[in-house]
Amino acid sequence: MEKNILSIENLDVTFRTNSGNIHAIRGIDLNLPRGKTVAIVGESGSGKSVTMKAVTGLLDDNSVINSGKIFYFQGGKKIDLLTLTKKELRKKINGQQISMVFQDPMTSLDPTMTIGAQITEGMFLHKKISKADAEKKAVELLKLVGINDAEKRMKNFPHQLSGGMRQRVVIAIALSCEPKVLICDEPTTALDVTIQAKILDLIKNIQEKMGLSVIYITHDLGVVAKVADFVNVMYAGKIIEVGTAEEIFYDPRHPYTWGLLSAMPDLETDDDRLYSIPGSPPNLLHEPVGDAFATRNKFAMKIDKKISPPMFRISETHFAATWLLHPDAPKVELPAELKKRIERR
Amino acid sequence: MNPLLKVKNLRQYFKISRNFTVKAVNGVSFEIFPGETYGLVGESGSGKTTIGRSIIRLYDPTGGEIIFNDKNISGNLDKKTNRMLRKNMQMIFQDPMSSLNPRKKIADIIGEGLDIYHSYKNLRERNEIIANILQKVGLSPAHAERYPHQFSGGQRQRVGIARALVMNPKLIIADECISALDVSIQAQVVNLMKDIQAETTCAYLFIAHDLSMVKYISDRIGVLHRGYLVETGLSKEIFSNPVHPYTKSLLSAVPIPNPAVEKQRKFLNYDSSNVDYEHCTMKKISETHFVLEN
Ligand SMILES: Nc1ncnc2c1ncn2[C@@H]1O[C@H](COP(=O)(O)OP(=O)(O)OP(=O)(O)O)[C@@H](O)[C@H]1O
Ligand SMILES: Nc1ncnc2c1ncn2[C@@H]1O[C@H](COP(=O)(O)OP(=O)(O)OP(=O)(O)O)[C@@H](O)[C@H]1O
Ligand SMILES: [Mg+2]
Ligand SMILES: [Mg+2]
Repeated sequence: MEKNILSIENLDVTFRTNSGNIHAIRGIDLNLPRGKTVAIVGESGSGKSVTMKAVTGLLDDNSVINSGKIFYFQGGKKIDLLTLTKKELRKKINGQQISMVFQDPMTSLDPTMTIGAQITEGMFLHKKISKADAEKKAVELLKLVGINDAEKRMKNFPHQLSGGMRQRVVIAIALSCEPKVLICDEPTTALDVTIQAKILDLIKNIQEKMGLSVIYITHDLGVVAKVADFVNVMYAGKIIEVGTAEEIFYDPRHPYTWGLLSAMPDLETDDDRLYSIPGSPPNLLHEPVGDAFATRNKFAMKIDKKISPPMFRISETHFAATWLLHPDAPKVELPAELKKRIERR
Repeated sequence: MNPLLKVKNLRQYFKISRNFTVKAVNGVSFEIFPGETYGLVGESGSGKTTIGRSIIRLYDPTGGEIIFNDKNISGNLDKKTNRMLRKNMQMIFQDPMSSLNPRKKIADIIGEGLDIYHSYKNLRERNEIIANILQKVGLSPAHAERYPHQFSGGQRQRVGIARALVMNPKLIIADECISALDVSIQAQVVNLMKDIQAETTCAYLFIAHDLSMVKYISDRIGVLHRGYLVETGLSKEIFSNPVHPYTKSLLSAVPIPNPAVEKQRKFLNYDSSNVDYEHCTMKKISETHFVLEN
């Protein structure tokens, strides 16, 4: 069997707006190995959600896919999801094969429908199941995601739930049709850490039982450490570093990854100011020349301002796009603070 | 010094049907002083957002009192008090998409409050104020012409932050205002919130689930569970000497950004199904540290 269940090749997406074209995704390769969890982290606005919307065929109308393939491996078949129509995606793929939990729960919930109706809807569509059975299963799912008074809550409308409860309802909907691939876009941002831990354990359990493969977008590096087998780091529409969780946390190579790891406070942090990466992300209305991170990178060399770096191989699983990995580049030291942190582990 | 905000015995109930009432907030009391940051943490569904929305009077409190700026704002509001409240208290909402009008440009979303309170001399000054605040939250002035759906989740959240900050209020209720941001921009926004506080002595009610950030930004912290304030104290008291079992369980579940440790870790589960908080009372641990006990 194919090792990956999902594989994105050279995806490139532009948005047309009044002020011009925004080149949001600039050539992305990403693999999801069967049964594994892949995390995507990175700058806000770097294209994490857009990439996943491309997978589920839910890109906004003002988008143009310039190039790319998104392969989904089903049985012995290899399907390019980008060649399917919206209707085919809805009927054959979304929900039952690939399910997505969106970043903003309110955008995926219908404010005029009870949550009970919304959880059972997909089951009716994809499975031959009676109303009573679907409702029983919905209540079960609500309990699994930690919602008390599940029976009564079935009759609630979304606005009657707290932010985190809504988020959990969306997770319940995503799990309702027992998908093969679960894509979670910031699924636990509104959850307290105890419930977050329960949800992450729940997904892990389902993964072990049913061989679910998971893509996990999150800003919480603690969550990444807990769930991820592999980590992709995104910056300005590209994946700039990829590796196993251990490689990214203990042996990061891209200066943006260094900045990201340095910016995260832990319970020991009591400095006057938190570290944040200087400067601001590039405006993708104007195509960056060279490495998009160069203007914020104190290690940038001349070549960074001219040519965008290719992916350099560090190991079988670890790659990073920075000229610092070129054999002729000067040796640079990991920032001292980060080095200390990694050594403390 | 008088507290800027005094919440006394606040209760907020929601009647869902004849036989189902959600008691979202049950007799919660706390104070916030000018220039202070009070962090509110707790279980999902424990009433944090509801407390924020009751204070800013999006709801009519079922019981209790809210004193803000020496005015009782818990009953019917007269015009003058309402105006004072709208100007001096701002809320950054948890759900950025549903709190931004999709048909309005960012410039007009941020400018709305300025328009109502005539906070500028001419259009040029209005544009400058808006460009300035956009830059402060890490967006670009060019974003002013875009609509909310054309932004990423984190960019939208920053629009909400800009909208609140631009009014220079005395109290900002920040409901999960940084949770959708990457850590570097979180740091930038938190640094900005601290700068603005140093400059204007505004106070924050900071609702969040990221405990390292809450610890970092808050002077004092309140821990909510099932609508009850179960523990409150100085930030360092809560973190170095948590007393309530829910607080302990919460602290044990903070994920640690270290795969080797995190993949093995188990957290303390707290089963509260047999606890009746209604008959508990606040016990004093120190001058500043209190815990709800039987
Ligand atoms: N419909 C659209 N029209 C124009 N630009 C868009 C549209 N949707 C997204 N963008 C832009 O594409 C870029 C990538 O957005 P995306 O939502 O993928 O970011 P993200 O990495 O998920 O960020 P966050 O962590 O903040 O959610 C952003 O610069 C965003 O402003
Ligand atoms: N408008 C409403 N109508 C009915 N019930 C409501 C309403 N708003 C909140 N509730 C209920 O009140 C309780 C507290 O919700 P609240 O939104 O305050 O929680 P929260 O602590 O902010 O949680 P989260 O961390 O998940 O955002 C929940 O049980 C919720 O279902
Ligand atoms: Mg996103
Ligand atoms: Mg809330």
